[in-house]
This record gives sequence, structure tokens and C-alpha cells, in this order.
Amino acid sequence: MGQPRINSSSEAAALVAQRIRQLERESRRENLGRAWYKLSRNPMSVVGLAMVLSLILLAIAAPWVTPYPKHAGPFTDFANAKIPPCGRYLLGTDQIGRDILTRIIFGLRSSLLMGVVVLALVVPPGVLLGLLAGYFHGTWIDTLIMRITDIFLAVPPLILALAVASVLKPNLWNGMMAVSLMWWPWYTRLVYGLAVALRNEYFVTAAEITGASAGHILFREMLPNVLSPVFTKMSIDIAWVIIIGSMLSYVGLGVQPPEPSLGTMISDGARYLPDQWWIAVFPALAIVVVVLGFNLLGDGIRDMFAAEEI
Amino acid sequence: MSLGRFLVRRIVHSIFVLLGLSIVIFVIARVMPGDPARMALGARAPQWVVDRVREQMHLNEPLTVQYVYWLRGALRADFGLSLVTQRPVTADIQEFFPASLELVLLAGLFSAVGGIGLGVLSARYKDTWIDNVVRVISYAGIVTPSFIFAILFVLLFGFVLKWFPVIGRLSEHTVAPPTVTGMVTVDALLAGRLDAFADALRHMVLPALALAMGSIAQEARITRSSMADNLGKDYIAAARALGISERVVMGRFLLKPSLIPTVSILGLDIAATLGVAFLVELIFNWPGLARYGMTSMLHKDLNAISAVILVLGVAFVTVNILVDIIVAYLDPRIRLRAARSE
Amino acid sequence: MSSTPLLLEIKDLHVHFAVYGGRLKVLDGVNFVMQSGERVGLVGEAGCGKTTTMKAILQVLPTPPAVIPCGEIYFKGRDLLKMNPNQLQQIRGRGISMIFQDPTAALNPVFTVGQQLKAVIKHSAVRGRPLSADEVHQRAIQSLQEVALADPERLLKSYPIQLSGGMRQRVCIGMALATNPELLIADEPGTSLDVTIQDQVLRLLHRLVKEKNTSVILITHTLGIVREMTDRVYVMYAGNIVEVAPTAGLFSRPMHPYTIGLMQAVPRLTGGGVSDGIPGRIPNYLQPPTGCRFHPRCPHVMDICRQEKPASYQVDDDHYVACFLYRGEEGKGS
Repeated sequence: MGQPRINSSSEAAALVAQRIRQLERESRRENLGRAWYKLSRNPMSVVGLAMVLSLILLAIAAPWVTPYPKHAGPFTDFANAKIPPCGRYLLGTDQIGRDILTRIIFGLRSSLLMGVVVLALVVPPGVLLGLLAGYFHGTWIDTLIMRITDIFLAVPPLILALAVASVLKPNLWNGMMAVSLMWWPWYTRLVYGLAVALRNEYFVTAAEITGASAGHILFREMLPNVLSPVFTKMSIDIAWVIIIGSMLSYVGLGVQPPEPSLGTMISDGARYLPDQWWIAVFPALAIVVVVLGFNLLGDGIRDMFAAEEI
Repeated sequence: MSLGRFLVRRIVHSIFVLLGLSIVIFVIARVMPGDPARMALGARAPQWVVDRVREQMHLNEPLTVQYVYWLRGALRADFGLSLVTQRPVTADIQEFFPASLELVLLAGLFSAVGGIGLGVLSARYKDTWIDNVVRVISYAGIVTPSFIFAILFVLLFGFVLKWFPVIGRLSEHTVAPPTVTGMVTVDALLAGRLDAFADALRHMVLPALALAMGSIAQEARITRSSMADNLGKDYIAAARALGISERVVMGRFLLKPSLIPTVSILGLDIAATLGVAFLVELIFNWPGLARYGMTSMLHKDLNAISAVILVLGVAFVTVNILVDIIVAYLDPRIRLRAARSE
Repeated sequence: MSSTPLLLEIKDLHVHFAVYGGRLKVLDGVNFVMQSGERVGLVGEAGCGKTTTMKAILQVLPTPPAVIPCGEIYFKGRDLLKMNPNQLQQIRGRGISMIFQDPTAALNPVFTVGQQLKAVIKHSAVRGRPLSADEVHQRAIQSLQEVALADPERLLKSYPIQLSGGMRQRVCIGMALATNPELLIADEPGTSLDVTIQDQVLRLLHRLVKEKNTSVILITHTLGIVREMTDRVYVMYAGNIVEVAPTAGLFSRPMHPYTIGLMQAVPRLTGGGVSDGIPGRIPNYLQPPTGCRFHPRCPHVMDICRQEKPASYQVDDDHYVACFLYRGEEGKGS
């Protein structure tokens, strides 16, 4: 290797800086490559990724790809009610003659929207509180935050969410609010455990000794180190939120008819079991497919963040 | 001693948690809805009736005073009347809670036996077809919500195969055993009625299995992965290197540490089952607490809603304490640390 | 070599680990022999494959990711790699026993010392003649007394977390010797302890193996320990044995450039300051250097070192060096 000739210290500094940037680029590229390798090592994760992407695309493009977009609204056609799956209606029609395939695809929209919105509302405050409580471990801040968290963790989130949803006006947005109110403590607890452990790490101590601010330590030193478990949890949780959303709409506390939602479709269809089974079974399978996709992807994401064994 | 102290601390902590929960419930049932009296009576009730009820419910007092009234009632197990059944809420809960408990306990048994069994099988035969079958089953279990299992089971085992009944707790021709605990299987055994016991059990299989599927899958996965993790640990290599037989290494030195995460999750899952039992009880027409709570929520029956949540909270907290005891028994590190931090 | 049957013979052992980006070729043809009653040292930097070799002997490497593409490991003439699990279990413990590097990791955290020690003793019983519970208990007590642990009855009921590091190390030694093994592999005993306790533990170990006349392979990267406790030394670098010699010979006349570097890297109280040690570090096992794996760090590197892997050249009685510098010196070794 030929050593570059260096004439002044500023040139040297520039060279060093350039080299560091280059190394950072390389390591980023390698990390990306490594992440993709770990994800793709398990073909099921790739299948999950493909499922999730196509479901999202399908939901976005619903008005253009569904055979009967009008059936997503207040539409009745009793002449064609309860038709079993056939060429014209691939998954059959429901009790008032609407195409089930169309309604499933439109129903995906509210399910996915709920998953995304709830996590967006829940994760930032949950993580922040967990970091704070962990960093100020043993002080009143810790006590206050974690005692409140404990209270919310003392009851299954679905019950509180149902209770909140039931006293509010039933609709999709209040459903999301109800679920969000009950979901943040799970992130707080996850991050708290990690943050308490991180507090004692040398790099945090080192930052403290050099006089870094609490903000710097929380967001620049500790936050990056809790992100991988958080992301992993998010990818699994989104499926849970979708299930809970469908349960809310199943009992009539979520999306209101005629707006299609998978939960409502199942609860309507359950009344026509076993003879008109397709009305309930296909939306149920749709939920399974959505949840399966996110779980497969979630496993892949966990593999991606997992430390290499050996 | 050490374990005793650990327990006392745990219980004191739980009491504070439940007190906090009571505030949350109070806020949900009394503060959020606006006017609970109007809500209870409906939009068509005349104003003077609403005013009278407001007076009865102490709604004109400051919130803190209202809370004290409410809490005092709750401590005496007095939650007022249910709007739906027109009976004291406490009487309703006494009737419906055992039915749920019975179901959840059977579901818990299914999850423990099925989950740990499948998990060990999967780890033992890792990367063979057995492992793959178990993994597919547990995947299906994890991604399918319990109410969908309920519907599929009703359809398949109820209507198509006709193996199990799908409605209620007993068949029409079975005379119910005298109520002692409220749990039909237990009451049947107490009365020495094996026919009623078998019949009740048959009615419980499908709903309990539907409730348990998710946690069976979860336990199987956790057991498998923690066994796989621990298999790489030095203490397993050491046990093997010192000549301990493969059977003892796997069945004892690997199994016990590997079951610790399973047991902690199992407890949480059983407790969570209480929470997701709503739809399953609805589908199987099971007269349980969850269904009662659901009905009261749909009718905005606030007295009943708050009581149900509080009861579930107490149950949840109790299960968690039990789990802590079992985990502390399995894991000396936790026991000793708890003793030392005193 | 003499005609008495060898206790242990490793021939051309390769071990790879399958990881991201390919295979880590950690062991690259290790050859190793020892006779009954010998005390052999195995030295080298951290990460050079010492522990991997020893775990391979007992076949307790995690598989996957570890794979053994080729090699033979003979214990008293029988190839361990060809044994079924049952035969292997007969060898483990009674034949070969091992003290693991980190006593904290090597003790199962959720079982008491007694439960673990007794399981080991129970399994060391001759087949068909199981020990009674009483005998097992007596031998467990005896094992703990041997390693100079006070109050063994109480200790049997303790969990590892209740013991200090030094006590855990002693328990591990006691456990490894409880089976009366013919060969004891001691993997850096006491490294995790502070120096005074490490010294005590090593002296204890030294005394015990002498008393019991146990053959020992002692793994370490501390040369002082080797000098005191072993008859013969293998020097390992990056998955290869680079030099073998009687201990005295190795210290008086180190030959391989790596061994020389290793000796110079030891800080001395009398010398002037600390040397620079060997520049560079253990190579990447994914793409190990061609030829001699040491060539990128070697001060005497020649062209041939980059292309060919050196054979083991005999330079003295029982002194072998895998380095081209010594090619043609004296007779060729095997």
C-alpha cells in the first residue's frame, strides 16, 4: 500500500475525516447486506415481506382492483344475496348481496390503518417513558412512571380498550384511541428493562463523565441501543393491534357499517353458519393471512437484529 | 423467610396496583362518559329522573368524594345494580365468574401440557419433520385469533363432525348438579355425578381449546427456542463432557432452566385469556364473566363494567403472584436476589 | 515416538463454523499427540482455536454452526469421531474430563452444586454397578474436600450464584476430577479470577493431578503457568500447531517466530519496560492468509510462506517447528 504524502496537519485531518466517512459508508453498506442476508436466510421471512407489501398495495389500490367497488358502501342487492363462491363472485356474496372479495379488500384498509396509527401513537411515548424511568432508575421519576405502568399492565389491554371504547362514541378513531391508551405501557416496560441495564454500561458512564447532557445520553447513547427490540416488538404488535381492531368491530365498537371491516363481516357471517359458511370464513381467513404476513416478517426482523451465534 | 418476604412484598405491591387500577376504572366509568346518570337512563328519560339518579349516585359531589364513595362500595363488594339484569352486580358476578374461571383453568391446562409437550418434542427432534410439523402448528396457533378458532371449531367439530356440543355448559337432558362452587365440573364431582362431569367437560373442550390455541403455540415456541438457546450454553457442554447421559442432560439439566421463560409467559397468557374470552364465550353462548362484561359494555351498564374490570384485575394480579412463586421456585437466582435485596 | 500406546492422538483435525458470509475455518489441520501420564501445555493468543480443539475432542462443540469436515481423534487407539453417542458417553467423564474456561458459565444456575456434582458421580459408575445414594453423597463430599472447600455439606445445598468466583472454580475442578479421569483438559483455569486466587487454584490443581497421576492438557495464554506445570508444550496459532517442544527446550530455545514473539510479549520485572509484542492480530478466519497463516505478521516472511503451508520440521529431539526457516535443518519430522 502506498502511503499518501501529507503536507500539513489540516490535510491530514481532511484525509482522516474522508477515510472515516468512507468507512462509515462501507460499514453501513455491509450492515445492510448483513441485515438482508439474515432476513433472506429464512425464505419464510421473505414470503412474509412479500405478503405484507402486497397487502398494503392491495389496500391502497382497492378502488381500482376490486370487482365491485360500489359494494364497499351502502349497497344492497337482495336478488343476489348469499350466493356461494362462483365465477362472478369469487368469494360469494353476503346476506344483502355484496361481493365479499371487494369488502375484504376494502376492510384491509381500516385494519392496516389501525395498526399503523396505533403504533405511531403508542411507540414514541412508550419508549420515551421507559428511557426516562430507566435512566433515572431509583428516583421518584422511575417510581412514578413505573407504578403507573404497572397499573395498566395489571389488566389485559383488550378489556380496558373495550371499556374505553364502550363509553366513547363507537367508531374507528375512538377504537384506535382506546387501544392506544392501553398499549403504551408494554413499550415502557420493555424499554425500561433495557435502559436500566444500559445505565451501567461503560459508554453511558463515559458520556456522563465527559459532562454530556441527560438529553444527549437518553437520545444519542441509550435510544439507539433499545431500538432493535422495539422494532421487533412493533412488527409482531401490528398484527396484534389488527386482531384487537377486528375484535372491537366484531362486537360493534369499531368501524361502523356500512363501512366494511373484517371483524364486522365475521360477526355478521357467524349468524349464517354453517350453511352460508363463506360469509364468515373468508373474512376470517383474511385476518389469518394478514396476521401471518406480519408475523413472518416480524420473525425475519428479529433474526435481522439477533446477534450472530458462535 | 426469604420466599415469604418476597411474597409479602409482591402482595403489598399488588394492592397498590389494584388501588391505582380502581382510579383508572373510576375515570373510565364515571368521568369519561360525561353524565353517567344520563348514560344509564338513556336519552328519553325525563330530566327530573336523571337529577334524582344523579343525587343517588353522588354525582353532584366533587370527583374525589365520588371516588371515595365508589371505592367504599367496591371494597364491600357493592357495585350497585346492573342495568341489564336488574340485580346487584355482585350477584351477577358470583354467577358468571366461576363459569369463566372453569373455562380458563381448562384452557390453562391445555396450554401447559400441550405447549410444553410440543415445545420439548420440537426441540428434541430439532430440524426433523416432527419439528417442522410442530412449528407449522404453532405458527397457525399464533397467527389465528381465538375467536376465529372458535368459529372454525364450531363449524368443523360441531356441525361437520358433530364430535362436541357447541352451546352452553350442559346438555338439555343432563340435570345440573347442585351449585356449590359454580364450576359445573367441580360441582358434579362434589355431588358424585360422573355423568354430569363428563357432559360438562365435553361442553368445555371446544371453547377451552379455542382459548388455549394461541398460548399452546406460544408456549411451544418459547420452550423450543429457550431449549435451543440453552443447548449452546457451556453448562450443557460441561454436563456432557463430564459424562452425564444425553437423557439426563436433556430431560433435567436443559429442561429446567428452559422452562423458566415458558412458565412466566404461560401465566401471563392464562391471565390474558380471561381478557380475550369475550368473543369465544359469545360464540359458544357460554354464560361467563366475559360475556357478561361484553353485554354490559354494549348497554353502557357502567356499574357492571367497573365491577368486571376490577374482578379481572384481581384475577390477573393473583395469577401473576402465583407465577412469580413458581418461577422463584424454579429459578434460585430470583429467589436469592429477592432475599438479598431486603 | 516411543512404542507405548498413545493416550491421545489428533490427526489433521479441521473444524469450521458456518456463519454469515461463509465458513470460519478455525482449525486448519491440527496434529497433536500425548502419552499417558504426560502434562502438556497448549498456548496461544485468545481466539487461536485452543478451546475449539478441546471441545472437539469431547465433541461438545455446538453443531450447528460447527462442522468437522475431516480429521481423526484417537483416545487409546479408538477414534472418538466414529463413536456412537453411547460409546462416547463411556469415554466422557471417566476417560476424558474437562474444566471449562468460565466456571460461572459452566455451572448450571438452577441446580445446586450437589445436584450437579452427584449427577456427574452417578454417571461415572461402572456400567451395571450403580452407586448407592450414600456412596454418591460420600464421594461428592470427598470431591469438595479434595479441592479444599470448607463445609462441603452446606456447599452441596448451595446454588452457584451463592458462591464466590474462586469457589466456583474449585467446584468445577472438583467436579472434573470426581470421575477420576485418565485425561483432564483444563481450559484456562482461573483466568477469570484475580491473580492471588488464580495462583492458589493452579497450585491446587497442580498438586491434585500429581497425586492422582492424571494426564493433563493445560490450556493457557500465560507462559509462566506453562513453565511451572507442564512437561511439553504445543504452541498454537490461528488453528495450526506451530511448534512442539519439551517445556524446558521451548523456553531455552524458542524457534517459531510466533513463539519468539509470544515470549517477548511477556512483561518482565527485571527487563527494561514492556516489549511491543507481536504486531497485528489473529487473522480473519473467513479468508485466512494463504500459505503459513502467520506470514502477514511474521518479521522473517519469505516468498514461499505466502504460497505454501509449512510442514512440521524436526529440529531437535521432540522439538518440531512448522516454519520454512527451519526447512532442511536436521532430519525431517513427521
